[in-house]
Amino acid sequence: MSASTERLAATSRRFSLRRPRLSWLIPVIGPVAFLALWEAVSASHVVRAVLLPSPVDTLGYLVDSLLHGTMATDALVTITRTLIAFAIGALLGVPLGVAFGSSVRLYSSVEFLVDFFRSMPASALIPLFILFFGIADINKIAIAGFSVFLIVMFNSAYGVMNARKSRLLAAKVMGASPFQMFRDVLIFESLPQTFVGLRNGISTALVIVVVAEMFIGSDQGLGYRIIEGEQILHVTDMYASIIVAGLIGYVLNMLFMLADKRLIHWNGK
Amino acid sequence: MTSTDAAAPIGAADAAFICVRGLSKAFGGQPVYHDFDLDLPRGTFTTIFGPNGCGKSTLINMLSGITPFDGGSVRIGGNDLRAAKIGYVFQNYRDSLFPWMRAIENIEYPLKVRGVSKARQAARVDELLAAFAITLDLKRYPYEMSGGQQQLVAILRALVSDPDVLFLDEPFSALDYEMTLYMRDKLQTVFLETGLTMVLVSHDLEEAVYLADRILLLSKRPTRLVELIRYETVRPRTTEIMGDPEFVRTKQHALDLFRAEMAR
Repeated sequence: MSASTERLAATSRRFSLRRPRLSWLIPVIGPVAFLALWEAVSASHVVRAVLLPSPVDTLGYLVDSLLHGTMATDALVTITRTLIAFAIGALLGVPLGVAFGSSVRLYSSVEFLVDFFRSMPASALIPLFILFFGIADINKIAIAGFSVFLIVMFNSAYGVMNARKSRLLAAKVMGASPFQMFRDVLIFESLPQTFVGLRNGISTALVIVVVAEMFIGSDQGLGYRIIEGEQILHVTDMYASIIVAGLIGYVLNMLFMLADKRLIHWNGK
Repeated sequence: MTSTDAAAPIGAADAAFICVRGLSKAFGGQPVYHDFDLDLPRGTFTTIFGPNGCGKSTLINMLSGITPFDGGSVRIGGNDLRAAKIGYVFQNYRDSLFPWMRAIENIEYPLKVRGVSKARQAARVDELLAAFAITLDLKRYPYEMSGGQQQLVAILRALVSDPDVLFLDEPFSALDYEMTLYMRDKLQTVFLETGLTMVLVSHDLEEAVYLADRILLLSKRPTRLVELIRYETVRPRTTEIMGDPEFVRTKQHALDLFRAEMAR
């Protein structure tokens, strides 16, 4: 009896000790399993080595090309294009969205256009943009910026339109002018939804920039590097570039989530 | 000044601070108020009680300018409604405080709107806190505070610009009983310290009698005044008063009227 109680206590003690110590491992399981699977497939030669290098080779090459090769430059070019496109789209999209959202009639007049262009795959417009902007850097930025603009604008407009009326009434009864209500209440009410638009916008910007780099005469950028790796069968470089593109997307998303938490601190509370 | 019009609460325009004449309001073709008159003297505490959906909140929303009305007039202190300074405490503090501002900024906001200098804003808030012996960490955001603290912030915000009237729409309905008792006492302190004209909507008859000088008992729609019940026991009142025969009698009388109204 007492022995079994003691054993039970020991087990629970060990359990409670083990849990916090090992809990950090849980999020690592997925990536490690993924790499193990990759290694297994690569080592088994089910897929030819020329099409699938081992993860160790790929990650080794990735580090090397970042430190000594041109990978860092290409990544930087892609990041720069993405950020410029995002900045242009956001700077135009937020104010216009807020303006449209403030007037139901104004928004109704453009609602179809916004929904139409938003639903259209932005890549379908790439040839059109080539006609207008040529194949220089400006083209990739223009088409990505256009996509960001649409996403950000309609999210901001919805944020303003769906703002809860109770706080506006509170401001009104305190004697706030329409401009003060707009500046001190409406803008803040719409911020959570605006941020949803900005987060979607930065992801879309990266997608469009990488696609544009593949197909619109580039000699730099991760999209160019990926397509080039495929063309000349330098697959290790291709895989490494894909991973870098994925990491950039991941980091950008994390940064926006952090900014969201800091800036829209009241969201969901 | 407040008790001289005891004989004629309705129609005593000279003593009336809040003066409502011929007020009409319909929702979707259904009349809620038709030709409604009301007079409330300055410095009195009025509570509004009535059946669910009879338009208690609609009434104070019209008196405070939040809800427009179809006909009639509302005058406060002899002035047009638009010229009056209104303090309003909403039922749902969560949806009426600004969560992007700290508690202190929430309280200062009505002053900021009026262009009062930053230094005078701070001085005024200190004055309020001292007057009502309130200790709160006002650096926090509303969502970091308890429900009672948030509603206290909302009340301070409504008081900060020194309003002509303070309207409260079921301000304690979301709080637990302990907090409700505390808040009633704080509100009574505010009433005694400021002598402000207050109008409070309640769904709790005990609260309506406990706080009031006069209880407006409203009917089902279309809404009329069933009776204006007076309860003028001296203040400050404590919870012990709820056992007092006068309190019990007033509450019972209101309840009888309420029951009769429900049975109609």
